[in-house]
Amino acid sequence: MSLRDGPFGDIKVPLTWSAGAALVIAAIIAGALLMSHQREMTRPAAYEAARHAVDSVAAPVGGVLSAPVHWVGGAADWMRGYFFAASENRKLKAELVQAQAWHDQLAAAQVENERLRAVLGIQTNPPLPHVAAETISDSRGPFANTRLADVGSDKGVTEGNPVLSEHGLVGRIVGVSDHVSRILLLTDAESHTPVLLERTNARAILSGDGGSTPKLDYLRTSQAVREGDRVLTSGDGGVFPRGLPVGSVVRGVDGGWRVALDSDAAPIDYVQVLLFTDFAQIANEQALAPKDLPTAMTEEPSPSIVGPTGGAVQPGATHAATPPKPAPPRHAPPRPAPHPRANP
Amino acid sequence: MSVTGISAARPMNPLGWLGVPMLLCVAATVVLATPIRIFGLAMPEPVFPLAAAFAWALIRPSLVTPFALLALGLFLDLFWWGPLGLWPLCLLASYAAVLAVRRLITGNDYFFVWAWYAASVAVAFGVGFVVATITAGAPPNLLALGSQYIWTVALFPFAHRLIRRYEDADVRFR
Repeated sequence: MSLRDGPFGDIKVPLTWSAGAALVIAAIIAGALLMSHQREMTRPAAYEAARHAVDSVAAPVGGVLSAPVHWVGGAADWMRGYFFAASENRKLKAELVQAQAWHDQLAAAQVENERLRAVLGIQTNPPLPHVAAETISDSRGPFANTRLADVGSDKGVTEGNPVLSEHGLVGRIVGVSDHVSRILLLTDAESHTPVLLERTNARAILSGDGGSTPKLDYLRTSQAVREGDRVLTSGDGGVFPRGLPVGSVVRGVDGGWRVALDSDAAPIDYVQVLLFTDFAQIANEQALAPKDLPTAMTEEPSPSIVGPTGGAVQPGATHAATPPKPAPPRHAPPRPAPHPRANP
Repeated sequence: MSVTGISAARPMNPLGWLGVPMLLCVAATVVLATPIRIFGLAMPEPVFPLAAAFAWALIRPSLVTPFALLALGLFLDLFWWGPLGLWPLCLLASYAAVLAVRRLITGNDYFFVWAWYAASVAVAFGVGFVVATITAGAPPNLLALGSQYIWTVALFPFAHRLIRRYEDADVRFR
């Protein structure tokens, strides 16, 4: 006689309790994973391997899915351009008037900039190597904002590389496998980017929170900012080069200062990964390296200047200079050396 | 023959009520992660496994379901690059909440069950809000949270279809 035919056949299976026990075990596993996983600080190799494996599988799938969707998106853009041509024309005319005023200001600023650059001898915005990529998958939820790009370590991409669209900064690379890489967007809750306001040079930290407009944190004073101010990367901390366009300041619904991202102006389908790791790669190490100076050849002074010495050295003979003795301490403060550009 | 006896139970293939919805959830998540905007708007990103978690808790308690949700949650974390363990906790919290009150939900009106589903999704997002606040050091954006919540609540017809398909399969669990 089987158990089902016996007196226990009508007893309800206490499956709710056993399901509850399984639930507790699964929750403990999930909690342990969460506690042991601290992004950006310690990255166990097993997590990285799992993430890279998922990315490597998701990349070709996303590539196949995104191709027809890009075509549809292109058709939708064309239709939008067709149906909204009149309103777009009005908008473009207004922008043209504004652009003409900006053009005059730009010409004046360009002349001034060239003069200042010549005076200071500085080199701004050094060219950096970069690779182009297509984004093939993206997560937009409140808890994670990332994208998958179809370039990896095979193209020289490394963690920390900044990512730009044609409009501005998108984020930075946080995970790399052979052929794909993961971009942490500026809107992600774990993204913190040092920025400056172009108008006042005030520093702040751009902190994502899962929304479309990240917050401006650690502003020293609210007077330093006003709506519409341009926001650029400050370069502080060495994560990003200085001066990358980020967006413009807007007032959030919570009353705080936020940034409308430039990269939000268009779909982020094609991006540029700057192969920037730190400022040391910008510097010309050859120019900075200590150089051996050529041996100085000096001429023996004539006896009329130094007086009778009775030395064996004939006037006019040359020889290698001996190392100079340390100069005696001066009583008068040293005069500043003239600027090399002062008397060309 | 007694209806409460074991013979009243229609055999349920785990592949049908657990495996196929799992695969559908993964496929839908991957498809909706395609980076596209139509008329300037990004595609919605609902959490499909929450609909499955609600339906599975109502269909029948099971030893396997919590581990299926654990696997689905880990997939979401790996695919979306979130903190590992975030979505498993959210899914399991929602599942536990529904499992605790499943006798109150079963057999009720369509919109009544939808309201319960909305509450179970709220439990999941509440847990996610707390965990994300702890891990990121700042609360996530409520507008983004609300947007994803609404899209996930809108998935109820899929959950209801799954419930209708399997809830009568084994009357012992009603």
